[in-house]
Amino acid sequence: MENEMKIEGRVWKFGSDIDTDAIIPARYLNLTDGGELAKHVMENERPEFPKEVKPGDILIAERNFGCGSSREHAPLALKSAGIFCIIAESFARIFFRNGFNQGLPLLESQEASKEIQDGDQIQVDLTTGEIFDLTQQKRFFAKPIPPFMQELIEDGGLIPHLRKKGFKKK
Amino acid sequence: MKTKRPMTITEKILASHAGKKEVFPGDLIEARVDFALGNDITAPLAIQAFQEMGAEKVFNRNRIALIPDHFTPNKDILSAEQCKVLREFAKAQRLAHYFEIGQCGIEHALLPEKGLVLPGEVIIGADSHTCTYGALGAFSTGVGSTDLAAVMATGRLWFKVPESVKFVFYGNLNPWVSGKDLILYTIGQIGVDGALYQAMEFSGEAIRTMPMEDRFTMANMAIEAGGKSGIIEPDRVTLFYIQKKAQRPYRTYYSDPEASYKEIREFDVTQIFPQVSLPHIPSNTKDVREIGKIEIDQVVIGSCTNGRLGDLRVAARILKGKKIAPSLRLIIIPATQEIYHQAMREGLFEIFLSAGAVISPPTCGPCLGGHMGVLAEGERALATTNRNFRGRMGHAQSEVYLASPAVAAASAVKGRICHPDEVMKRGSRGFRGYGK
Repeated sequence: MENEMKIEGRVWKFGSDIDTDAIIPARYLNLTDGGELAKHVMENERPEFPKEVKPGDILIAERNFGCGSSREHAPLALKSAGIFCIIAESFARIFFRNGFNQGLPLLESQEASKEIQDGDQIQVDLTTGEIFDLTQQKRFFAKPIPPFMQELIEDGGLIPHLRKKGFKKK
Repeated sequence: MKTKRPMTITEKILASHAGKKEVFPGDLIEARVDFALGNDITAPLAIQAFQEMGAEKVFNRNRIALIPDHFTPNKDILSAEQCKVLREFAKAQRLAHYFEIGQCGIEHALLPEKGLVLPGEVIIGADSHTCTYGALGAFSTGVGSTDLAAVMATGRLWFKVPESVKFVFYGNLNPWVSGKDLILYTIGQIGVDGALYQAMEFSGEAIRTMPMEDRFTMANMAIEAGGKSGIIEPDRVTLFYIQKKAQRPYRTYYSDPEASYKEIREFDVTQIFPQVSLPHIPSNTKDVREIGKIEIDQVVIGSCTNGRLGDLRVAARILKGKKIAPSLRLIIIPATQEIYHQAMREGLFEIFLSAGAVISPPTCGPCLGGHMGVLAEGERALATTNRNFRGRMGHAQSEVYLASPAVAAASAVKGRICHPDEVMKRGSRGFRGYGK
């Protein structure tokens, strides 16, 4: 799914200030494997989430998604669970960096975050930032992803991106 | 430094590390990194990413620290395996700063103590509380494991220059009010995303009168307001603290008087009293006298926020000759081996042990629900740590309250969250609770 820029999927909706302890509790931080972490992602918030989430699903949240610790296990667990992208009114900054570094796209849109409901079926185009809610037949536009971040997503994250560029040593 | 336009301390540090005369908030820059760190949670992923990149050697073996502090002494087999990854990488790369338990401590207390993080530097760490070193007048921020891998390989990282917000604290501090109370109060005022992406610059006479320990506490919790960094301009206190420790030459930077800020907020500290953050978000802050009777099962004094010597001294002043409430567990965690040793020499352990406390080796441990004091369903803890998110210290149905070491020690005696005045005689109240 690394180079796919468009998708249609089911929405899982969460509120404001979803912290990284909620995304992946610290008791699982002795794991580094994405698949193992995905089995526990969001389990404190919604126990059914890790069992029912499907590849291509989309997570929608309100303000300050991913606040708290710098654990990259959080975007890794979400990506490994199949989440295609996250749309929120705003993101905490370390999570924002980590998401793109992991190749998990993050879109900011206040309207989409407010109006799209849990369980809606939506289409997302990362290139244009266009979001279409098939259930409600409504269209939204997220802030465009900066070109540098877009490159990271296309390459599948910072590491493949650096490898492609041939990283510079001092 | 002579520049074209007035800049904040943060802008000056970033400009100098990006090889530019000036930078503007919002600029994307690539900056040289002076020092980078990772721990037993974040470094294994970083080391994996480092290898996936095809990197062979770290950019500078003297500028990287690996600190196994979170789940150590190893709490289980998986944690032991993670520490082994750090140990082997440190050995293979001949890293100068790998800290095995016995010399180790909580990263954000340890590195300043060792003089490895200095004023005017750009420091990144794969830990959100890396913002702590801003108290020394450095630009210091938390990142994830992949960013750490990129820095370990290249010594450089991209940043967006943050807008700066200035927080001015004026007036004299009330008794028992510490840096922890000021930062909890500030987060209560602006919210957990009140400083999102911003550099929080703390200043004013109340900051100038504070010891380094309280300044570290304040910069440490900038992340709890969403801040990219917290920073305090260096002064006499900073330079006195660093002069004998510094492992490298350093340079101090100061904000120009005409520098522009997104916002300047002023707080009259004579109106700020000991604070407590109620579950489940650090911004849910109240005056400790206004929360009613909240009984607690456990008190934790420690962490990168409040596990320093001054924190232990104030706790000892309150606990001296007293016993903790019989229904309660008190866990004290000196943040580093040196703090542990000094607290022992000063006789603080005698006071803690006689009061009924248990003393843990240096570790992040219970702060993030790792070990050494995890909570059961329905339990309630008061901690001097930094986060009270749901389930942070254990069971999803447990509760964490945040406060200063003075409030924590007093509450351990009472068995419920209380103001230190409730257990101390009036005449014994000290300036900030620290004996001068």
